[in-house]
Formats: sequence, C-alpha cells, structure tokens
Amino acid sequence: MNALQQLGHNALVALQRLGRASLFLWALLMGLPSLLLRLPLLIQQVFSVGVLSLVIVVVAGLFVGMVLGLQGYYTLVDFGAEESLGVMVALSLVRELGPVVAALLFAGRAGSALTAEIGLMKATEQLSGMEMMAVDPLKRVIAPRFFAGVLSMPLLAAIFSAVGVMGGYIAGVGLLGVDAGAFWSQMQARVDFYEDIMNGVIKSIAFGIVVTWIAVFEGYDAVPTSEGVSRATTRTVVYASLAVLGLDFVLTALMFGEV
Amino acid sequence: MTDTIDNLVVVRGLTFKFGSRVIFDGIDLDLQRGKVTAIMGPSGTGKTTLLRLIGGQIRPTAGTLYVDGHEVPRLPRGELFELRKRMGMLFQSGALLTDLSVFDNVAFPLREHSGLPEAMVRDLVLMKLEAVGLRGAQRLMPSELSGGMARRVALARAIALDPMMIMYDEPFTGQDPISMGVLVKLIRDLNAVLGLTSIIVSHDVAETSAIADYIYVLSQGKVVGQGTPEALRESDSEWVRQFMQGTPDGPVPFHYPADDYAEELLSNEARR
Ligand SMILES: Nc1ncnc2c1ncn2[C@@H]1O[C@H](COP(=O)(O)OP(=O)(O)OP(=O)(O)O)[C@@H](O)[C@H]1O
Ligand SMILES: [Mg+2]
Repeated sequence: MNALQQLGHNALVALQRLGRASLFLWALLMGLPSLLLRLPLLIQQVFSVGVLSLVIVVVAGLFVGMVLGLQGYYTLVDFGAEESLGVMVALSLVRELGPVVAALLFAGRAGSALTAEIGLMKATEQLSGMEMMAVDPLKRVIAPRFFAGVLSMPLLAAIFSAVGVMGGYIAGVGLLGVDAGAFWSQMQARVDFYEDIMNGVIKSIAFGIVVTWIAVFEGYDAVPTSEGVSRATTRTVVYASLAVLGLDFVLTALMFGEV
Repeated sequence: MTDTIDNLVVVRGLTFKFGSRVIFDGIDLDLQRGKVTAIMGPSGTGKTTLLRLIGGQIRPTAGTLYVDGHEVPRLPRGELFELRKRMGMLFQSGALLTDLSVFDNVAFPLREHSGLPEAMVRDLVLMKLEAVGLRGAQRLMPSELSGGMARRVALARAIALDPMMIMYDEPFTGQDPISMGVLVKLIRDLNAVLGLTSIIVSHDVAETSAIADYIYVLSQGKVVGQGTPEALRESDSEWVRQFMQGTPDGPVPFHYPADDYAEELLSNEARR
C-alpha cells in the first residue's frame, strides 16, 4: 500500500514538474521577440555555449570518423567494396553519429555548465535581485542561453560530421590506401541532400531544443543550495542524454523507416 | 484604500505560510513616507520574507498590502515591474551579478531601464559609487570584494534608478565599525537628500535605533511592539525590553519550534 502511495506521489510530482517545464518553455518562446531586439546578448551566449564546445566536438568528430574509417574498411574489404567507404562514413555521420554524439557531448559540456550557472545564480539570489530591479530573468538570463543552445547545436553537429568525414578520409585513404577518387565520388553520388543531410539537420535542431531546454529548466528549477545545484547538474546530463537517445530512435523511425 | 497619502506601505491583516508553518499571522504595518522605518525581530521571524512580500516576489496567504496605493499581490506583472523600478532592494547577500564588474553591476539597472546614453550612464554610476565610497573599486569583479564592500556596491545599485523607497535587508552585518558608521550616515543622508522612504530589516538594535524613526518588532508571526526607539526601550512589554537590550534570558525563545527535547532524546524511533 505504502509503495503504491509512493508511486502515485512520485508520478504526480513528475507530472507537475513536466507541467512547469512546459510553461517555462512557453515563457522562453515568448521572450524571443525582445531577444531579437538585443542581439548582443544572444551573440555573447552563442560564444559561451557554442564556441566553447567547439574543441571537444572537433576532437571527438575526428576520432569517431577515424574509427568509422577503420571499422568500415575491415567490413567492406571482405566484399571487395572498400570503394564505398566514403559513403558509409558520410551516411553514418550525417544521419546518426553527427547529431547524436554531438548532442551527447553538448549535454555534457554546455548543458551541465548552463545548469550550474543558472542554478548558482538562483542560489546566490542573483535572479531574485534581477526581479527586484524589474528585470525579468527569464528574458534577460535564460532566453539568451536557450536560443544560443538551439542555434549552436545544428552547427556543432554539422562541424562534427564534416570533421568526421575528414577523419574517415585520413584513416581510409591515408592509412589503408582506399582510392581517394572513389572515396569522394561515391560519397558525392550517394549522399542525398534532402533524405540524408536535411534529416540530420532536423534531428540536430530537435536535440538542440531538448538538451538546452532540459539544461536551463533544471538550473532554474534547482533547489537553491550547493547540493541542489549539483544534483540538478547531474540530472541535466542524465536526462538530456537519455532524451537524445530516445528521441533519436523516434525520429529515425519516422524519417528512414517505412512505418 | 487606507491612508496611502501619508503611508507609502500599508499592510493589513497579512498572513503568510510556508506549507503549514505560519510565518505571519495577521500583521498590520504602516510605513510613513519619507521616514526610516525599521522592522526588527529575532533571526528566522520572517523579516526577509516580509520584504519579498512587499516586493511582490511572493503572495500572501491572506490579507493584503499596498505600496504607494497599489495593491501589490493583485498587480499584473507589467505594473508590478513598473512599481519595482521605483523600489530599491538591498539583499542580505548583496546579490551582485557575478559575471559583471562593479561598474557594470551599478550600471545594470540604468542600462536596462533608463535608455540613457552611455556617457551619462557612466557619470551616474560614478556618482553612485562615490556616494558609497567605492569609486576606486569600479573595475573589480564581485568575487574580489569583501562581504561589506559587496553590500555597499549593492546599495549603489539599489539607488541607481533614484527609487522612491529602499528596502535594506540586514545592511549592518559584516561591516567594520568605520564602514558601519559610514553606512548608518549614508542611509540617513540618502533618506534626507533623496526624499526616500527607507525600510530597514535588522537585528542590530543599537545601529537601527540610531537611524530609525519608527520601529516594529516582530516575533512569532505577530507585531509584538512598535513605536519610536525611545518609546520601545521603555516598553511595558518584558519581551520587547529584552530584545531591545539584548539580554540572553527572558521570554524570547532562542530555539526553532521543536518537539519536547527530553521526549525526543529518549524516544526510540529510528532516525529517518
Ligand atoms: N523557501 C522556504 N521554504 C520554507 N520555509 C522557508 C523558506 N524560506 C524561509 N523559510 C522559513 O521562513 C522563516 C523566515 O525566514 P526569513 O528568511 O524571512 O527570516 P529572517 O527573519 O530574515 O531571518 P534572518 O534574520 O536570519 O535573516 C524561517 O524560519 C525559515 O525557516
Ligand atoms: Mg533575513
């Protein structure tokens, strides 16, 4: 009985939180017009959210691409199809690994930082202080960070894919001796702009929204103590990563499946 | 609406609860325009909470309060923000924005609201910083300030928009005797020169008595004493006299409400 009660209670708490998070998202979207009038705020955040994630995304993209090149080669060479390595690397990156891995890295690098920053601003009464100065922290602090994340994510995913292709080239053509012309021409012929690239871009936009939304909400909703902020930061990474993987399945099924 | 001509803040039957814990139980306050009114009481009586209620950050459970004739709890968001531009608040912690320098912190409300050209903002900021004696610290970041300095920067920021009132939350804690004296004088002068109405929340009896025109003493959700500082020192209430004189023994409880001590020590109930 008690366990049942607890379950019901937890479910209600979770639902309430989801409700708050939705209202919060709505309020953020309402903040977009006033943000467009103050672009410097947005640009500054694009720098701290996006540009600072650049290094990790580039390095990770290079390695993932190189691994794809190696593994793809070992499989394809058995069928004498190593010329298709370029296609395989490019499709894996553009359709899946680019958006997904970049989003996971983004959640760990930028998402956790966003949560911690906003949570600490709350804990140190900076958000309250702003409210008392008649400045809406949702518009002034949270919205710029949210839209900066939403903007940065597709770009980071694109960079990840591009660097990954280079990594695949280095491993496949540079190390294993696949023909460079075949590598590129097959890629060019078989990667479709709408089917593959646009779907990847749509995915990365969706991931950007979800990851940044979770990150800023967890910060804003954090219990205003150091423990509360640390928990919120952990939750951001866990929830955002799971959300990305779950959403990826749904989007993939919708885009590429015949369901 | 009750006498909002003389009184900037009018509180009537204000009741506020955190969950089931009653913080205020039907209190009435009148804060006169142009005066320094102090709200005193032991730690944890809800002084900070009262300021948040006045600022409209939280809503009362029952009762109401008016600021300059506006019923704060019912004010739509836009009007509440307009009203807040005319209220300065000095937070207990200072609440400076940690990613901005001292200068930019003081400039923050001006840049957000005034639309003044940057040259004028600069002059205003320097004037406000000069008033709190920290013009030399304008380039420091908040992390490089002591607690007392941070409080003074926050004061400069609170007066940046020339508000009609300022709420000070524990302005004296963490100040050395000199800056304490400076601060006491500053609060008095600001009040006189700018024609402000000041609300000071504090438990520093001596400093507060020195500048307050009128004092309310709160305890356990009620107003237990009110009057001028002189009148309160001579109060008939033993409680109020104990508080004003700061003697440790007396009717003022030092403990947060709890179950019976002996009972709790002896009970076998496992810790949660
Ligand atoms: N968010 C909250 N949730 C539940 N209870 C709270 C919350 N904030 C404050 N309280 C309770 O409300 C009471 C009043 O808090 P408040 O901060 O207003 O006290 P205070 O008079 O300002 O004390 P101090 O002089 O120490 O600053 C405290 O007893 C505290 O336990
Ligand atoms: Mg307090």
